[in-house]
Amino acid sequence: MKREYLKIDRVHGALIELSKIHSVGYGEIVEVEDRLGNTMVGRVIKIDKDSVVVQVFGQTMGISVENTKVSFEGKPFEIPLSKKILGRTFNGLGEPTDGGGDIYSEKFFNVNGRPINPVSREYPRNFIQTGISSIDGLATLIRGQKLPIFSGAGLPHNELAAQIVRQAKIQSKEGDNKFSIVFAAIGVKHDEAFYFEDAFRKAGVQEKVVMYVNYADDPIMERIITPRCALTAAEYLAYEENQHVLVIMTDITSYGEALREVSSLREEVPSRKGYPGYLYSDLASLYERAGMIHGIDGSVTLIPILTMPNDDITHPIPDLTGYITEGQIVLARTLDQKAIYPPINVLPSLSRLMKDGIGEGFTREDHPDVSNQLFSSYSKVQEVRALAQIVGEEDLSDRDKYYMKFGDAFEDRFITQSFNENRDISDTLDLAWELLKILPKEELDRLNPDIIAKYME
Amino acid sequence: MRSMDNLTGKIEMINGPVIRGIEMTGFKMREMVTVGHKKLIGEIIAIDGDEGTVQVYEETEGLRKGEVIVSTGKPLSLKLGPGMLGNMFDGIQRPLKKIKEVHGSFIPEGIGLLSIDEEKLWEVKFQVSEGDYVKQGQIFGTVEETPLITNKLLIPIGVEGKVTWQIVPGEYNINEVLLKVKDIKGKDHEVKMHQEWPVRTQRPVAERLQIDKLLITGQRVLDIFFPIAKGGTAAIPGGFGTGKTMTQHQLAKWSDADIIVYVGCGERGNEMTEVLEDFPKLIDPKSNRPIMERTVLIANTSNMPVAAREASIYTGITMAEYFRDMGYHVAVMADSTSRWAEALREISGRLEEMPAEEGYPAYLPSRLAQFYERAGYVKTLSGESGSITVIGAVSPAGGDFSEPVTENTKRFVNVFLGLDKELAYARHYPAINWLNSYSGYSEMIQKYYEKELGENIAEIRKKMLSILYEESKLLEIVLLVGEDVLPDDQRLILEIARVIKIGFLQQNAFDDTDTYVPLKKQLEMLKTMELLYDRGLQSVKRGIPISVVRNTEIYEEIIKMKYTIPNDNIEKIQGLNAKINEFYNQLESEYSV
Repeated sequence: MKREYLKIDRVHGALIELSKIHSVGYGEIVEVEDRLGNTMVGRVIKIDKDSVVVQVFGQTMGISVENTKVSFEGKPFEIPLSKKILGRTFNGLGEPTDGGGDIYSEKFFNVNGRPINPVSREYPRNFIQTGISSIDGLATLIRGQKLPIFSGAGLPHNELAAQIVRQAKIQSKEGDNKFSIVFAAIGVKHDEAFYFEDAFRKAGVQEKVVMYVNYADDPIMERIITPRCALTAAEYLAYEENQHVLVIMTDITSYGEALREVSSLREEVPSRKGYPGYLYSDLASLYERAGMIHGIDGSVTLIPILTMPNDDITHPIPDLTGYITEGQIVLARTLDQKAIYPPINVLPSLSRLMKDGIGEGFTREDHPDVSNQLFSSYSKVQEVRALAQIVGEEDLSDRDKYYMKFGDAFEDRFITQSFNENRDISDTLDLAWELLKILPKEELDRLNPDIIAKYME
Repeated sequence: MRSMDNLTGKIEMINGPVIRGIEMTGFKMREMVTVGHKKLIGEIIAIDGDEGTVQVYEETEGLRKGEVIVSTGKPLSLKLGPGMLGNMFDGIQRPLKKIKEVHGSFIPEGIGLLSIDEEKLWEVKFQVSEGDYVKQGQIFGTVEETPLITNKLLIPIGVEGKVTWQIVPGEYNINEVLLKVKDIKGKDHEVKMHQEWPVRTQRPVAERLQIDKLLITGQRVLDIFFPIAKGGTAAIPGGFGTGKTMTQHQLAKWSDADIIVYVGCGERGNEMTEVLEDFPKLIDPKSNRPIMERTVLIANTSNMPVAAREASIYTGITMAEYFRDMGYHVAVMADSTSRWAEALREISGRLEEMPAEEGYPAYLPSRLAQFYERAGYVKTLSGESGSITVIGAVSPAGGDFSEPVTENTKRFVNVFLGLDKELAYARHYPAINWLNSYSGYSEMIQKYYEKELGENIAEIRKKMLSILYEESKLLEIVLLVGEDVLPDDQRLILEIARVIKIGFLQQNAFDDTDTYVPLKKQLEMLKTMELLYDRGLQSVKRGIPISVVRNTEIYEEIIKMKYTIPNDNIEKIQGLNAKINEFYNQLESEYSV
């Protein structure tokens, strides 16, 4: 029962208001057709008496209060999904843009998804080797985890993500046919999207990738739907097709800004920096869709990328993201300036699920102690460097000089690795031991004496 | 006849979790209602003429204008009875296991009102008999709820009189009438195994008692330096990644409360899963039973409906009060109260209320106070003593403690455990910053320490804290001029502070010995460090150079004593003390010639 309306009361940015509307469902999808026949999709975001506010995912340019056809579809925002989506490219609303034709499926999925019952979740414990020492060794990625990359404008987060895609061993032991990648580009530049396409091709996984792309010059409101389409596709692949899915989303900051724009159009009370008070819940409704479910052999691992405005980690978007995700990988401009790739600042980086996914039976027995010791020693390096700035390196005590040496070696050999270098976890740990030998033995207070005896000699 | 519990209204406005209805004359404030044909659960939060505003505890997508709002005639209430321990509930006490059985892995809307299991049979034993006079809050019988915890059946509040009838002892479900009580006016009351209680109302007690007992946590930095008292309140603020949840989990695992109510409020789904997987495996040392048997979990994860997040905190504290009234010591972990405050803010925004600081409603401080004040050490109506300790995590935006939730929480709690980003980066856990944390209970529970440990620990606590404080000042100087120029007695302070930090304050939650440390061992460890300082200082004063005074072997041995001294053989520590004395005696005699 489709109803069409021909009169709009008010157009205000991406919001249109209609009145004298009969039964309309909250969150229902709306089709808007202007007088030239251009159609756009929108969604009901408020019902008050007989008036309805619709948020349009597109340009409202050209819409007039008369001669615009608005029809209510009587259903929420749904996309059709089948296994055929692999290898395809869609726009931010889930419509194919690669000329490959529509996706035909009997199954339609609500892009908002539903919360996973915590009782049904399976606690993630399987280590994913990315081949990058600073991640594998110190902020280990676990299958089913949500681990964002906090970056800044101009830092090589895309390269890092591409390297993870190429090197990550996401699949289970049985074979490599059961993994796929979902890529959501939210307000990215054309060349960035192209870079990823190229990276997928080079990694030979283009047949396993589903792309949802909203370019920087695409309608801003689409950005609110783009990650939801991508995550819905990921959930479908993971839980209906038993795939291990790696989802890469970039850039969450653009998503947050789109959300702020809608909020200000709706004249809502802002909280920090003009972002709406529900930014946390809204981001959580995306991130929490990562995970694993008991009895289903699929998983959704999520790597959102966000650029911290002004490199400020306390900005609401990285801040609230950090409160929801299970750790973060932080890139630092200071390391990038020293030409260190990947410029991962290991101290604020963290993987919360690491503790249960490393060590004996997972990676290697010495892994927990070694990572702990590296963190502790490298944080000491920062203190010593601060001191050296003032008193000069020559006047440092002997102990401090060892730390200076360790710090440089750690950055040059452990963190630094080339874009094409794929290190096995045991190589990473062996390298760590080599570096720890630089320090006097009594400084290694995080290592169990038995482990020192086994690996040091 | 139109009875009070099927009044109906019509939906007029929908805005996220807030809806407004018309034709709602007769609906009551804070009454529970069902909304729409899916029968979503909601609560009335404002009434204006015949218009009522409802916050809905489920996803409102698909709801239509004109759908029906039905009253239930009662406020948002819990069913308090056996069957809560070991289970996980959502923010309004609906059992998640049951939801999974019926609806699968994802939570749909319109589940309806479920609560504790109504079919399970429990074996009832009575403590009263026909003819007895019973009062509200009195224990009339017991049920073995789990092998660890006996559920004591309470006469409901407002019921007093003579027992006129009693069912034969045996196995019954929670809806069975167990007693009939005739009150003074001749009215009959039926008493069941469960009772209903509105979540926003405090359960009554006989009187509040003075706080004077330590909540033993086995965590050194807490038990010795910043103690939490039974019946007290504590806040754990910290930016992301500083270990709030980790600390809460440690307390839930090891604190000597009888019952733990863990409220996961707007946090990660996997954290609740972790508790569900870990706790059944962890064995309580006192009873040799899994600690899950004393734990109730409430989960409103960050992607579950926001209005239920607001309710989840009250659900948790009401359950805690119920167990307290049986004479148990209950600890409530609320992780995180900031998400609860944000839920308040979101609802308030949708109601278009005038915001105060950072968009939070003006009633934020009073709501926080109401919540924390439900903690306390009390004499229950049945004459036993029980307590509720509330430990709330706070997640300040940007890690900045001057934001409204942290600031206002500080006003209503007595223990403040500030988590520090720098410490967390160096993987110093628990990352409790000893310089800005405090406990208002150290004085109140002094006698408790004296009784348990046979001595007053105020002196040594003060001495050690002042060493740490001194160190922080010295480090500023070191940063300017380097360590070498400091006099030896000040360098000794730096060395001892390092021993305290690594050997005492840092505690390894993943080590079997270190994860829980008995109080006695905590004190002995600290005394050994004090001895190390005193002897070192004495030697330094005699002009012995710090390079010799700081003996690497002894220092390392003391730092490692948390692992090497077994918890069940604390006496071994005397060997270490003897070694220290021997070394310094030797040293002093070498240098005295």
